[in-house]
Amino acid sequence: MTLSRRKSKYEARVATGGPATSAMIASLEAEGYETVAAPFGHALVDIAKSNRKIVGLTADLSKYTDLHVFAEAFPDRFFQMGMAEQSMFSAAAGLAREGFKPFATTYAVFASRRAYDFICMAIAEEALPVKIVCALPGLTTGYGPSHQATEDLAIFRGLPNLTIIDPCDATEIAQATRAIAASPGPVYMRLLRGQVPDVLGPLGYQFQMGKAQFVRRGGDATVVAAGFMTMRALDAAKVLAAEAIEISVLHSPTIKPLDEKTILTAAANANLLVTAENHTIIGGLGEAVAGACMREGVHPRFRQIALPDEFLDAGALPTLHDQYRVSVKAMVEQIRGWLT
Amino acid sequence: MSIANVSLARRAWSIRRHALRMAEVQGQGYIGQALGAADLLAASYFHALNFHADDPDWEGRDRFLLSIGHYAIALYAALIEAGVLPEDEIGTYGMDDSRMPMSGMAAYTPGMEITGGSLGHGLGIAVGVGLALRAKKNPAFVYNMMSDGELGEGSTWEAAMAASHHCLGNLICLVDFNNQQADGHSKDMMSSEPVDQKFEAFGWYAQRVDGNDIKALTKAFDAAKTLKDDRPRVIICDTKMCKGVPFLEEREITHFVRVAPEEWASAIAHLDGEAPA
Repeated sequence: MTLSRRKSKYEARVATGGPATSAMIASLEAEGYETVAAPFGHALVDIAKSNRKIVGLTADLSKYTDLHVFAEAFPDRFFQMGMAEQSMFSAAAGLAREGFKPFATTYAVFASRRAYDFICMAIAEEALPVKIVCALPGLTTGYGPSHQATEDLAIFRGLPNLTIIDPCDATEIAQATRAIAASPGPVYMRLLRGQVPDVLGPLGYQFQMGKAQFVRRGGDATVVAAGFMTMRALDAAKVLAAEAIEISVLHSPTIKPLDEKTILTAAANANLLVTAENHTIIGGLGEAVAGACMREGVHPRFRQIALPDEFLDAGALPTLHDQYRVSVKAMVEQIRGWLT
Repeated sequence: MSIANVSLARRAWSIRRHALRMAEVQGQGYIGQALGAADLLAASYFHALNFHADDPDWEGRDRFLLSIGHYAIALYAALIEAGVLPEDEIGTYGMDDSRMPMSGMAAYTPGMEITGGSLGHGLGIAVGVGLALRAKKNPAFVYNMMSDGELGEGSTWEAAMAASHHCLGNLICLVDFNNQQADGHSKDMMSSEPVDQKFEAFGWYAQRVDGNDIKALTKAFDAAKTLKDDRPRVIICDTKMCKGVPFLEEREITHFVRVAPEEWASAIAHLDGEAPA
């Protein structure tokens, strides 16, 4: 909480009666994109048809992580662990020890904050193939800090052995699910759930674990983005193009291990290097890119688009994305400002 | 604090009505939980709890911790009925900059003691508050209101053990047992039965009552408050989701009850037709 919030709780509010700006608006603003329902759940079912080792676990959140699709298709391979995240990840480790590939789902806050030690010791330290797939990453809910996992990447980047994926859209979620199912180690994947926009599909994109890929080219600035911020960057690029500002968008869904080779080459050639992430400015993609640049002696003009180092407000997502400068409009303003 | 001349049934009815009006603002909300827990909150705020409506931070108050952050709508309704929150802010529920956000948070709302919502935290905090009240020689009680789903969290049982170990007779835990979780019925998620016997085995004084029976609730509160030993107390309240609005009670109940836009008015009209004295 912020101190101003603590003070203002004794100040009366007035109902405006205007259009709902409700915290219930949970979907991403993604105008102009087709959406796909539950891409993770459907992809996992498809993969599991030919891979009997895949099992699913959830801590009372199957419906909210799209794992219910798998639970309905494979009831014998689905384990409801109740509202007990530590127990779930320990059990996932046990299943993995015996040769299974568990996909364990909950919200990102509960995996990163509550179950961290269990994920660290039972899963990561033993490099077991548990796939931790978590909804509500970063700022994707208006429920306030109890549900907003704004620091999950920072927390998990510190874990050796753990691969971290922040996919952009429905296409990438489906492709990445297949890739992590095939990979031998532990993975943390951020999840967009429900009706998920399809941004990269029409571009002919193919996810590759550990690879950053250009999804747009332009000479005025290079934006390295992950998660839905790649969608935002592409949308901002269209607005900026109308002003004759051309930006590159380098999509880097694998946060760890970072594709330093591609990113450093892009950084060395960039007029302005911008990182864009749905995460606190501390410890995520931006600092990972900055660290790689510093270590390798690459020194571009560098800016970060990220959430502030604060506990964020509750409210409607569109309001919050504007307020915390991760909407398309806010991205355009920031990039334009840095270039002029 | 007992407030004269208004029956507890009327208080519960008002809490239901406030909650329905809030949910109507958003067109949705955790209304099933709010309607189910209205009797428990009425008995808490208008029979058991000691508080000053005009000074929610009064040092002598009984602390009421809402572990279940998503039940905020129910507690806001109770706080409105108790005069802690103004009724004319109902229209701000869940809106930007509201004092009544979807999930309960201490920084936003007078009378909201803790930020709940990451479930399984409340009972542990209550242990600390109970230890502090005793150290300060403050005779107030600390209440923790939690859900049956939270019985799945290991932290609940760590706290249950600590409360008993530290002889916290000033701690009263209220479990809203509505047998409903996000993914389905609690008994199918992770069975916690027999809950009362589990608490007893942990050294607690356990009572299990019909959580929609106000007489049974007040009797249980009285027994918990007047018990002469130093065991922590738990009241397990079996409640019915959506209680008080029959057409919602009969609906296939989920964690998040879907209500059509025109049904809010019908629900309120039904309540208005059954207003108790």
